[in-house]
Amino acid sequence: MKKEDIKVCILRVGGTNCDAETRRAFNELGVVANVVHANKIIKEKNLLDYDILVFPGGFSYGDYVRAGAIWGKRIKTKLGYELRKFDEEGRLVLGICNGFQVLVEAGLLPDFEGFSESPKAALASNTSIKYECRWIYLKHENSGNCIFTKRIQKGERIFMPVAHAEGRFIFPKKNENEYLKRLYCNDQLVFRYCDEKGKYAAGKYPISPNGAFHDIAGICNTDGNVFGLMPHPERACYGWQLPDWTEQSQILRYGDGMLLFESMVDYLVKR
Amino acid sequence: MKYRAKVEISLKPGLSDPEGETSAESLVDLGFKIREVGISKVYNIYLEANSEEEVYTRVDEMCKKLLANPVKDNYKIHVERIE
Repeated sequence: MKKEDIKVCILRVGGTNCDAETRRAFNELGVVANVVHANKIIKEKNLLDYDILVFPGGFSYGDYVRAGAIWGKRIKTKLGYELRKFDEEGRLVLGICNGFQVLVEAGLLPDFEGFSESPKAALASNTSIKYECRWIYLKHENSGNCIFTKRIQKGERIFMPVAHAEGRFIFPKKNENEYLKRLYCNDQLVFRYCDEKGKYAAGKYPISPNGAFHDIAGICNTDGNVFGLMPHPERACYGWQLPDWTEQSQILRYGDGMLLFESMVDYLVKR
Repeated sequence: MKYRAKVEISLKPGLSDPEGETSAESLVDLGFKIREVGISKVYNIYLEANSEEEVYTRVDEMCKKLLANPVKDNYKIHVERIE
């Protein structure tokens, strides 16, 4: 596939607010990305015209009920058939922050046995009971299944910001160990919170911004084509988005977030 | 017949409830003797139905499909006939 032929759909509804940055990241790589209202795509039934679908960050539907719950149920009832087909055909679905919450609430992640009827995980309130908006470190855990992080080595430490109040990834208490084992066996674990030196947070604040189980910050589905993460790669794409850029003698061209966008484009170009 | 279903969503026991824990600390600081505080959310759902049982069945489905996430939430439904 030629880069110019890749079509990206960044969905928006009331309350999404990271669509412009996400579009800009794709545009930087020479890829056309459209910000489309979810109602439009439901009405026109043209989701399958796209190769990449992004649920961007923000506060969809005011975060009412639970963050991501309303949008998650809505896409299941209104876009279920197209979305299933989209996934089956191996097209890419990315959920950033609130988008990750949407994918979990919709049952698209962790996707142990296909889309689940009810959620198999949850993004609970941060243990700090605060909205955590700051830069954190992540360790890349994936061995190659996740299409979105192919440009990042396993064990590599990367730097991105988080901005959320409900980001504590949890499994049902009674299934915690079983589900974690499945994440490892299926190579679905993608990012874990760590410190500057790459040591895992072990749930400790402030290294872990939310107290997530096993320091989980991002997971993909079993096929590696659906991926959700709490941190914001679109806010870490350019050197001038980094928190210390004014202190650097030479400003980096790109930040670590761009690696995710490059990985997606690479995959589709080679496909 | 008109009914009001009161749905209380609370965290499952054993799950960390940071908001409840912090409220408890503050109440203790103020001199109150308490054991624990748990946070719940209440929805009042007004609907028409033929019986209380029907209300329970319908509201239970609402909880399963949207209002509660079975991974972390318990829910209780209280039905009251209002007319």
